Amino acid sequence: MEPILQVENLTHTYSAGTPFERNAVENMHLTAYPGELLGIIGHTGSGKSTLIQHLNGLLKPTAGTVRLDGKDIWAEPKKIRDVRFQVGLVFQYPEYQLFEETVYKDISFGPLNMGIPTDQVDKLVREAAAFVGIDEKLLDKSPFELSGGQKRRVAIAGVLAMDPKVLVLDEPTAGLDPRGRESILSQIREYHKAKGNTVILVSHSMEEIARNADRILVLKDAHNFMEGTPKEIFSRAEELESAGLDVPQITKVAMALARRGVAVDPAVYTVEGLEAELLRLKGGAAHA
Amino acid sequence: MLKDITLGQYFPGDTPAHRLDPRTKILITILYIVALFNAKWLVSYAVMAAVLMTCIAISKVKPRALTKGLKPIFIIVAFTAVMNLFFTSGTPLGAGWLLSHITVEGCWAAFFMILRIVMLIMGTFLLTYTTSPITLTDGLEHLMNPLKKIRVPVHELSMMMSIALRFIPTLIEETDKIMSAQKARGADFESGNFLRRAKALVPILVPLFISAFRRADELATAMECRCYHGGEGRTALHVLRYRAADYLTLVAFAALVAGIILLKKAGL
Ligand SMILES: Nc1ncnc2c1ncn2[C@@H]1O[C@H](COP(=O)(O)OP(=O)(O)OP(=O)(O)O)[C@@H](O)[C@H]1O
Ligand SMILES: [Mg+2]
Repeated sequence: MEPILQVENLTHTYSAGTPFERNAVENMHLTAYPGELLGIIGHTGSGKSTLIQHLNGLLKPTAGTVRLDGKDIWAEPKKIRDVRFQVGLVFQYPEYQLFEETVYKDISFGPLNMGIPTDQVDKLVREAAAFVGIDEKLLDKSPFELSGGQKRRVAIAGVLAMDPKVLVLDEPTAGLDPRGRESILSQIREYHKAKGNTVILVSHSMEEIARNADRILVLKDAHNFMEGTPKEIFSRAEELESAGLDVPQITKVAMALARRGVAVDPAVYTVEGLEAELLRLKGGAAHA
Repeated sequence: MLKDITLGQYFPGDTPAHRLDPRTKILITILYIVALFNAKWLVSYAVMAAVLMTCIAISKVKPRALTKGLKPIFIIVAFTAVMNLFFTSGTPLGAGWLLSHITVEGCWAAFFMILRIVMLIMGTFLLTYTTSPITLTDGLEHLMNPLKKIRVPVHELSMMMSIALRFIPTLIEETDKIMSAQKARGADFESGNFLRRAKALVPILVPLFISAFRRADELATAMECRCYHGGEGRTALHVLRYRAADYLTLVAFAALVAGIILLKKAGL
């Protein structure tokens, strides 16, 4: 399959030419295919946010290329705004970007910038609000009267409303309680299923990535570290730990069981997966 | 990017210039400026340039960082130089409309004016490049201590200054982030007429003000939680102390001022 987004040999240097010069991203690669949910994970400061700000041309590579549908996005710097409409980026802590008088107006900021006629914008706004679970009643409220979690949803809706081909979310669940986290993630999953477009999800939490991503990209110290399906990634638990990352807790349980001689696959990463493994074992034992 | 603004930025380091007491550095900067404004002719400027070069060499600040800081004032310098060129009276440079309006004295005046401004900026930048904002305000507070006698709230003023300085980089970073976030939603800050550009700032200014107020509020709470109650009876964690190097530097710069004034008397 043709990749929709392809990053090659990407290097980004911050504050070049000052004593604070540093490479936040070095020689990185990323490939995203149409319709997949790609997870990006890495320790604090590993360069996740820097990497994804290249995907829609907010940062310009110091070296390397970013291709969208096979075309270098910097081939025509004047058209970089079009790239931003196709690759929607939700920032870390996006609630701090709200500025309009009403939630409705704030969500419509993106679509209006795209030049979409007002009658179609209305549909986009309501659809986006519905995806993130923002009630119609809240649309006329000021965004500053909402709770932190609601603000975050409004901000995410502001990007969804632009109906991007690729949606990139930078730690959408940071600083939320477990229930808030799960509900935002399930809404993202639903959006992904309904629209069938590409979603790139950045996170700190292995659990979160494991449960949602089709494929995972692991970063370490500004470099690519691993890439593969969740199963492939979690079968290399020791290496992950050396990168300052944790495997999901359920994988730890499976690993401990395997060490004690129980014949489970140590690379399971969901409760359901381990349950199936154990049932298989039990079934197998009953037959023996 | 916005973050690359260098005005008043501190470049950490461990050179003799960094280690001097901030009070010394403020005082020698003042002495340097006094000397600079008393410099009259080539010899004096050569001495001043030599002093500046030595200080730059000692502080190990990259000359490029200093010249980069000059860029924003380029227009002002060029403008004053041209004014000097045409409006100083004296002997005309030559015949013809243009040359007869330019005087020999004007050329010298323009030349010295450029030198003076450039050296003034470089000297003061050197102070902020080698002194962290916190130590700088600390030094200022100590230097202004005598003013407490006439009821100037020195401590409060310097605290306000420290806080303002402390938050400049934070706010710049925040502006950068908010701009990026709005650009990701297709905001366009670069095209359109004046009115459109001004309107395009709203999506940046509103979040920025809100977050500045939130930060101020949080900082006030944090200070109160630690029982901050103004300057009365406060002691410093890092007590400022003059050392031998400080006295030597101060004497050297006092000598510089005296020397430049003598050169001025001699018309050099
Ligand atoms: N605007 C900037 N200027 C200078 N350095 C920066 C800037 N942004 C990030 N960095 C540096 O680049 C490195 C990578 O930062 P980045 O924000 O990409 O990390 P991250 O993986 O997103 O971390 P986190 O999980 O904490 O969000 C960090 O060491 C950071 O200090
Ligand atoms: Mg980040």
